[in-house]
Amino acid sequence: MANEQRLAAMTGNEAVAHALRQIDPDVIAAYPITPQTDIVQYYSQFVSDGLVKTEMVTVESEHSAMSATIGASAAGARAMTATSSQGLALMWEMLHIASGYRLPIVMPVVNRALSGPINIHCDHSDTMGALTTGWIQIYAESAQEAYDNAIQAVRIAEDPRVLLPTMVCDDGFITSHGIENVSLLPDEVVKGFVGEYKPSKFLLNISDPVTVGPLVLPDYYTELKFQQAEAMKAAKQVILEVAEEYAKISGRKYGLFEEYKMDDAERVVVVLSSAAGTAKAVVNQLRAKGEKVGLLKPRVLRPFPAEELVAALSGAKAVAVMDRAETFSTQGGQLFTELRAAFYDAPKRPLMRGYVFGLGGRDTTVREIGKVFEDLRGDLERGSVSEKYTHLDVRV
Amino acid sequence: MSDLVEIRWHARGGQGAKTASALLAESAMSAGKFVQGFPEYGPERMGAPILAFNRIGDEPITIHSNVEEPDVVMVLDPTLIGPVDVTEGLKDNGILLVNTSQSPAEVKQKIGKDVKVATVDASAISLATIGRDIPNTPMMGALLKLVSILPFEKFLETVKEDLTRKFHGRMNIVEGNLMAMRRAYEEVQVG
Repeated sequence: MANEQRLAAMTGNEAVAHALRQIDPDVIAAYPITPQTDIVQYYSQFVSDGLVKTEMVTVESEHSAMSATIGASAAGARAMTATSSQGLALMWEMLHIASGYRLPIVMPVVNRALSGPINIHCDHSDTMGALTTGWIQIYAESAQEAYDNAIQAVRIAEDPRVLLPTMVCDDGFITSHGIENVSLLPDEVVKGFVGEYKPSKFLLNISDPVTVGPLVLPDYYTELKFQQAEAMKAAKQVILEVAEEYAKISGRKYGLFEEYKMDDAERVVVVLSSAAGTAKAVVNQLRAKGEKVGLLKPRVLRPFPAEELVAALSGAKAVAVMDRAETFSTQGGQLFTELRAAFYDAPKRPLMRGYVFGLGGRDTTVREIGKVFEDLRGDLERGSVSEKYTHLDVRV
Repeated sequence: MSDLVEIRWHARGGQGAKTASALLAESAMSAGKFVQGFPEYGPERMGAPILAFNRIGDEPITIHSNVEEPDVVMVLDPTLIGPVDVTEGLKDNGILLVNTSQSPAEVKQKIGKDVKVATVDASAISLATIGRDIPNTPMMGALLKLVSILPFEKFLETVKEDLTRKFHGRMNIVEGNLMAMRRAYEEVQVG
């Protein structure tokens, strides 16, 4: 019973801005930064045109954007912001405060490389660095997914079993500025789906006064962090429940990750976001030649669906994990090392290698991903991985 | 995916290649196609060589990289031929469409490669119909003659709607653009 949807050709930023308009949060506090800027720009237009009731707070920095969003959320408002790259970096200490206070803030993050050297293009160094901030992280392949994730994130973050802030990430310029087909749900359907925000505890509720942000010493700090970790565990189930409900209104199905032609796949590429779309085209080309290849596209990185990913990859013989950010651990990208760790207890482990790719907006083409599948073929024939972790398309 | 048409635009910053790739995407979407339209974001200086891209097809498009092997290359500024290898990656049966007063044979000689060339004087057409040298819309008209992405009249209808919205109903501009597209559709030469 999917609804009548409006088909449009629009950028990822415009699609996300429309999701926010339909959610119509009480407060948005934001500071513009490339490539997120359009989201805030479109939204301020919606405010000026009277299409939303949101109190829009224009602040002087991203530190203030997150601080104001935290203040509004603690006061009892549904509060949001959006950022990229250096903006996310400047929010850093406040990110931990949002999650530590258990404030269900939703924040679109348009992924962009961190300086230096300065670069405005896509990679995941901004949000990969934020994996330990206590935020849920959901990644989008396309403008459509960025729109859908933003709407679902409200329900996930605000679920009483979760109460954690949530980042919804999409690729800077590639997704944020590229025009493609997007189906928008009717406004009232989105409003009905996200519902009215009714926090159980909030500062402005004078009949049930609470304290937010007190000093917590060694006697309780551990318990609070334990509860946060438990909430993150609970989020996995909530994300699936929300996805199921969302499929009913949209016809679009989401999970913790997407399995593409994985049924009998021996060689598998694991990659997030827009590059996963390009990998699908490569899988199609190779499948047409009868090759047993597949793609696994993680959607949710926090909580990390370790057991589910291991189960999904149990039939694979050789796996390449592609990370769009360096960790400088010298052991490979974040997704690669986490997925390898997840396989530690698995009865059967595939050959596994890691790639760091697409840094600072380096275009990742069908040809490059084709090379990755070729490397996996070599590994399979050899029975061992030729190189544990390498940089794709690099001049040395 | 054999129906997928991949297009690369060559222009100079300020000539409207980004706008044209966006308009082409929007109009093709309105006519029922799956589309992509995006520029290569670099230092966007007025006059500097820039690229923009389109993919248009009957099935959802998941590739998210630049177009490497275009079916059609559109050159808005003929002075780019030489400094830029506009035929790079062009498919064997692909078409190079150039905004120029020269004939396809003359352009082919300049390039020194055996590629299919089409030419249209989109600048002259836009000066005559819109009153300004903005060759991007007539180039779209010529494109529609060369590749059967969409029925031309249907495409014009959706472009008219899109432009009417963009120019807030200033119909002289809208009609000028439509006339430019019609003329380019008629006048494009293939060699």
